Amino acid sequence: MSGIPHDHYEPKTGAEKWVNNRLPVISLIYDTLMIPTPKNLNWMWIWGIVLAFCLALQIVTGIVLVMHYTPHVDLAFASVEHIMRNVNGGHMIRYLHMNGASLFFFAVYMHIFRGLYYGSYKAPREITWIIGMIIYLLMMATGFMGYVLPWGQMSFWGATVITGLFGAIPFIGEPIQTWLLGGPAVDNATLNRFFSLHYLLPFVIAGLVIVHIWAFHTTGNNNPTGVEVRRTSKAEAKKDTLPFWPYFVIKDLFALGIVLVAFFAIVGFMPNFLGHPDNYIEANPLVTPAHIVPEWYFLPFYAILRAFDNTVWVVQIASFVTGGIVDAKFFGVLAMFGAIIAMALAPWLDTSPVRSGRYRPMFKIAFIVLCVDFLVLMWAGAMPAEGIYSLISLVASTYWFAYFFVLLPLLGIIEKPTAQPATIEEDFLSHYPAAKKQAD
Amino acid sequence: MIKNITLSAIAAASLALGFTGAAQAAGDAGHIEDVDFSFEGPFGSFDQLQLQRGLQVFTESCAACHGMKFVPIRTLSDKNGPGMPEDQVRAYAAIFPILDETANLHLIDIEKNEYRPLTQADNFPANNTANAPDLSLMAKARAGFHGPQGTGINQILKGMGGPEYIYSILTGYTGKEKVEAGTTFYENTAFPGGWIAMAPPLFDGQFEFADGHSSDPHHVAEDISAFLMWTAEPTMMARKKAGLVGVIFLSLFTFLLYLTNKKLWAPHKGKKLSA
Repeated sequence: MSGIPHDHYEPKTGAEKWVNNRLPVISLIYDTLMIPTPKNLNWMWIWGIVLAFCLALQIVTGIVLVMHYTPHVDLAFASVEHIMRNVNGGHMIRYLHMNGASLFFFAVYMHIFRGLYYGSYKAPREITWIIGMIIYLLMMATGFMGYVLPWGQMSFWGATVITGLFGAIPFIGEPIQTWLLGGPAVDNATLNRFFSLHYLLPFVIAGLVIVHIWAFHTTGNNNPTGVEVRRTSKAEAKKDTLPFWPYFVIKDLFALGIVLVAFFAIVGFMPNFLGHPDNYIEANPLVTPAHIVPEWYFLPFYAILRAFDNTVWVVQIASFVTGGIVDAKFFGVLAMFGAIIAMALAPWLDTSPVRSGRYRPMFKIAFIVLCVDFLVLMWAGAMPAEGIYSLISLVASTYWFAYFFVLLPLLGIIEKPTAQPATIEEDFLSHYPAAKKQAD
Repeated sequence: MIKNITLSAIAAASLALGFTGAAQAAGDAGHIEDVDFSFEGPFGSFDQLQLQRGLQVFTESCAACHGMKFVPIRTLSDKNGPGMPEDQVRAYAAIFPILDETANLHLIDIEKNEYRPLTQADNFPANNTANAPDLSLMAKARAGFHGPQGTGINQILKGMGGPEYIYSILTGYTGKEKVEAGTTFYENTAFPGGWIAMAPPLFDGQFEFADGHSSDPHHVAEDISAFLMWTAEPTMMARKKAGLVGVIFLSLFTFLLYLTNKKLWAPHKGKKLSA
């Protein structure tokens, strides 16, 4: 499967041969599990397993929840309370599902930022990166629609605001919005289609996850040095790698265990911390909440959406040039989707020949600022869009775009990278002097 | 390696601690008093006598205007709740009045064309007569603490503050009134905006508790807030127990995985294992 030379599966027993000659499923599992993996992967490479776990958790708990949930505007809220009060263990399953979404997004952000720092998006891993971005977009769609299902105040008004974004598209926006909602406003038709799609999309994600894994099993994993595994001979490749099973499976499970201890503490002791109190009020189209706040994982992009109002000169110019077609609202929508597209374009915007940020002194600073920027946007997204918060959002949004469209292309040209290790083995041994002594 | 763990941990902590969906602007929020409730923290549990007093307060006072339509009456006998004997619950249900004629149509006996008596299998009735909000989930539908600066860190330290919010509303009246468009508003230090339509519901000597507990308004406000926390989250104690079992077993399992991982990698890291 992989370009890294390694031993392939040889059926030994008669039964194995019989099956494998008809359907090579055993060799598929064997080659997937025994894939040579760079020895020097650090603890930021564990989020993939956490994400796989999250997807399974959400699908399993979700299927059980659906057995008791009723997607109807008059009954949805009550059916969630029925799950919380009358269904055996229902409260745990619902809290696992609710907080599982937060763990899912927390892990995906760690995973994405790991990729951004270590240059995992660069050639030859662009397709892995693009598929990852599509998975992330689908996760956002799924998470958003799932948040609507309990039919609380934030569900309803969140749905109203977010579907309203499509209404901002010039000329065709309003028909599109009506088409998405299944009517002139968020109502039963909307709830039903969101329910249907919320059930469907996770399986689409599962399919894309397989393609995501297939893609990086073809190119081989990236690693903290960004230096490729030696592929000249099996012996050299073996010095750089260890098989995924058991080395990385056990390591990843250990890390997953730590993550799950924290996760169970949150589910058990403060399950509503990451939610919004208003969602325990049944949806009421006649009462608008004081502040409509999306789930925490959408806040950075929500801040970018709101940052570009009429007072920003870029917006004024865009409006003037297009004769008012691109107004502030539409500009905000473009900026929000643009912020995600910018990430997806990273493989082609980054001009540096050095893959890992570890050997890029200027990039390192720009990246740390990007991380802080992301947290600032998250915070600003939760604050009212007025006064100083608007300015902070605008500055932080500008940096987000500047990082991808200015700094990534520029730094690759002006920056002088530090020395990279020649091989993964060299990097690994430099961390373990005892192993180095034995190797020498 | 250590450095990377620390980095991840810090990143994780800053994400988890700093920013929550529940975080929202402070601004016009009122002053919320922090109360030490028995059910706070990972090991806190409901005080059964307090829940029973709270039920009495709800029945004798709140229920006149507020409904509680999501709470099944039978759960009053939950041992992690008020823990009333089942025959008492049955008797309680049978005499519970239905005050709102239009909001409880499902309770009409069609043959007799009148409301049938409630049973323990029913939920508490809805009550929209005074336009007062339903209390089933009130303790989860309000957050007392948001800050500092909308980051929600206080919610980790003090809890979400729903019951504290209810307590603060009930004890936050200043005594001032104003009339606007025919409605009387009462000044309240806890209510966002400062003026609330609910008249001060608690006064001295209003209740007589079978357990002899003080009935001054501050104690009563605590009791009803605790009771409403229970109605909002009747499975809280089961949840905390499940969480604790989860944390303990996962910690053990993770420790075993740590040892397995260490042993597995030792030969490749040139480390000798001490037996």
